Amino acid sequence: MRAQAALLLELALLGTSCSRNRETAAAPLPAAFGVALIESSGGKQFAETGNPLPQPVVVQVNDENGTAVPKALVEFDAVPGVSFDPGSALTDDSGQVTTTVSLGAIAGRYRIVASTLSKSHKRVELKLEEIALGYQQTLGKRLNEKYCDRCHNSESTAERVSNYDNLEVKPHPFTEGDTLNKMSDADLTAIITFGGPARNKSALMPAWGNTLAKTDIEALISYIRAASDPPSKSAGSIYGRD
Amino acid sequence: MNQKTTSLWQRLFGDSVRAFGVVSLIFLLSMAIAPAKNFFSEWRHYQHGYLRMIRNRSDANTLQRHFQGGIQQIWLPELGVVDRCTSCHEALKEASLTDITMQPYRRHPIIPHRLDQFGCTLCHRGQGAATTVAEAHSSTLAWEQPILPAKYVESSCGQCHRGQLPGTPQLNLGRNLLSRQGCVHCHTVRLPDGSAMKATDDPPSLSHIADKTTREWIFAWLKGPQAYAATATMPNFKLSDDEARDISAFLIANSASVQSDNVTIAAKASNDPAAGTSLYGESFCASCHAVQNAAGNMVGGDVGPELTRVGSKVKLEWLQGWLRNPRVYDPPTSMPHYRFTDAQVATLAGFLLAKTDPDLLSNVHLDPATREQIAHGKRLVSDYGCASCHEIAGIKKPENFAPELSRVGSKPITQLIFLPGMPHTLPDYISGKIKNPRAFASGLKMPQYSFSAMQIDALTTALLSLNDRSYALPPSLAVPATPDTDYQPAGKAGKLMSDLACFSCHRINGRGGDMAPDLTWEGSSVQREWLIQFFRNPGTLRPALIRRMPRFNLTDGEINELTDYIMAVYQSPEVDRDSMPLSGYPQGQIELGKELFYGKYGCQGCHIVDTKTDKGYIGPTLTHVGSRLTPAWIYHWMKNPQSLRPGTVEPNRTMSDEEARALTAFLMSQKGGDKKEVAKK
Repeated sequence: MRAQAALLLELALLGTSCSRNRETAAAPLPAAFGVALIESSGGKQFAETGNPLPQPVVVQVNDENGTAVPKALVEFDAVPGVSFDPGSALTDDSGQVTTTVSLGAIAGRYRIVASTLSKSHKRVELKLEEIALGYQQTLGKRLNEKYCDRCHNSESTAERVSNYDNLEVKPHPFTEGDTLNKMSDADLTAIITFGGPARNKSALMPAWGNTLAKTDIEALISYIRAASDPPSKSAGSIYGRD
Repeated sequence: MNQKTTSLWQRLFGDSVRAFGVVSLIFLLSMAIAPAKNFFSEWRHYQHGYLRMIRNRSDANTLQRHFQGGIQQIWLPELGVVDRCTSCHEALKEASLTDITMQPYRRHPIIPHRLDQFGCTLCHRGQGAATTVAEAHSSTLAWEQPILPAKYVESSCGQCHRGQLPGTPQLNLGRNLLSRQGCVHCHTVRLPDGSAMKATDDPPSLSHIADKTTREWIFAWLKGPQAYAATATMPNFKLSDDEARDISAFLIANSASVQSDNVTIAAKASNDPAAGTSLYGESFCASCHAVQNAAGNMVGGDVGPELTRVGSKVKLEWLQGWLRNPRVYDPPTSMPHYRFTDAQVATLAGFLLAKTDPDLLSNVHLDPATREQIAHGKRLVSDYGCASCHEIAGIKKPENFAPELSRVGSKPITQLIFLPGMPHTLPDYISGKIKNPRAFASGLKMPQYSFSAMQIDALTTALLSLNDRSYALPPSLAVPATPDTDYQPAGKAGKLMSDLACFSCHRINGRGGDMAPDLTWEGSSVQREWLIQFFRNPGTLRPALIRRMPRFNLTDGEINELTDYIMAVYQSPEVDRDSMPLSGYPQGQIELGKELFYGKYGCQGCHIVDTKTDKGYIGPTLTHVGSRLTPAWIYHWMKNPQSLRPGTVEPNRTMSDEEARALTAFLMSQKGGDKKEVAKK
């Protein structure tokens, strides 16, 4: 009992030490109600542990006809340690609420819940997942951007044109959890170190064993595990309130 | 009442035997306090909790074996570390406990250091010797440094690592901002190795500002730099109208015209937007300068100033002179001397002057300046420390204008004044100060920056790394940064390279930008004829690249000068340029090389040799590589690319000599003779 209480105290300490913008102000009163809550942007982002996500999370309240509802109340909630700025707000003229989310101090996936009340006071929820990266995964993410992303990411931008479409044998994007979760760490290490042919894959995947250090490859794999969707088991549990 | 106490006294101490018994009992009880305190201590409860937790796990035996009861301590006298954290945090090193998220039993995330070599408080702060939760984690009367919030933990890496680290993006960003946003112009930051942090921004000299712009623009800029350019480095000093009026009056009155043998420019600014757009594009102005497009997005680089509203700022004569040769106005500028023709200058000037914002100056009406206003303006310029950043004729650069920040990460909390409602911790103070510097007292001079939340966290991280501990650590632990050298090429070619500002984009011998390839070994790498052609008409080697080298209207003499210098001086000792022939490789070797290229090594994944079949968009196009690179360079590149260009993406394949020779033969046969067009997307 005593240990539990102390643990709680510690968790609370951890929570308060990690949240700067904890909203304690009373939530504003809604002037309108919707029936649905949809994500506009901001889900599935990466941030280093304890840091704000690079883009804000934007959610929208809709009515029965799917049109946006201004001045409806949206509240955000997650495990202690995650902070929102603001924690609750009324939707703007386009029916949207924008909040900056800072993730907790522990690497892993965080479920954040946005909720709004319908006219009959039923709580409508929207669950989003965000990913906090530890030191190793952050390093892996950077290596991914330098060495892997050009081929393993099909998205093209002006600054980083993707090579994905040009390849005869398509590489697996690192978000492709269905495939990558079935491969063991040993498989991934072998493919990265010795190239595709090491596991009967295409020779278009070169061997990186002499270019990347062993710790680099471990970091890359930990990033791949963190990025996969559906989540890989070895990425650990999901931090969320049910 | 009195009777009762007397009888109690009687009962306890009535005779000597009783008194002896009672005193012994009291003595015994008081002797038991210490062991009882120890028995009920927090760490013991956590250890019991840990044992209970692991009892029913499949790996219980291993975990039991690793478990050590009692107070644990990491003692590192060299580092000043006495950390008893592991007394409660028992499982930091247990690799099998990945599923435990409950503190204090979580395992430590993987980092490049061993816990028993560095301890805990070196990175996390807190009181290492404490054995209670509150004393270890929070600040107490006797201990000011609480646990460092996770978001700033990278600051601790910066105590030893003075340079950029791949795993600490936030610290890197923060340090860059300290240099790039001009913080170190006013605040001295001395690093433990004795060097001072240098500013990497380039605030313009204001000694000739009347040549360049009008007093009205200066007024508007002073009132709000971000209204002119969203990306402006200059912060907002929140000046009153009168202050801005007087400073602008002083700057104009103080400005002296640049002495130059300026030829009067015959051509007027021409109004040909189509030609202007295409010249702006061809000259790759956007590699350095940004312009905000209609959607509000910045398009272009951040090396030079934003040009969205440049037409509302600069004067025609100045702009034409600047485009003709920027070094007349500002000799060390990073802008290249393009050698534009008069017609090109006119076209580009017309194009840039059309980028105006009618709202910017519409409300600025200034009466002619009086002598008092000018004198007052001069005083304000001194008061606000304008000369800390800008060169201003007649005003000395102030020394130590703002508090030194060399050890700000250890500043005692008792010396800080917090805002109401602000948590009393150092990180909160630093970030609050950056966010809203003038809120802390009236009459403060620090201007208002427009940093994002992420930038503020990064700056706070970088500042927290400047602490007493980084000075106290043994010097052997320090990992120094690789500072830019002050390499300067010699002779005529050297002057030419400064004039063309090659170092703004290229890196040579450890100095210069990273926008374009490192040219340190360029002389070993390329063939002379190719280099001459490239100077005449630079093309891009990579199909997916949007930037390429701009074309400078170089004379043949200048091209020869540069080529001779590069071929003679930028030679790698590893590569003997003339050790292998340019052509005449046996057909069999070429065929073998082709097989390796498309088969074993799958080079077509990233490179293009045959534009009909290959689609690799990452590496340089190799259709003409046989007339571009030297065979010795290709051979050595095949053997170990990173030895020639550290950090290059091309993987090292550890080829045998035979394979490397065959691939060299195959690539040297790609001379691009049939003039095939490079595939464009």
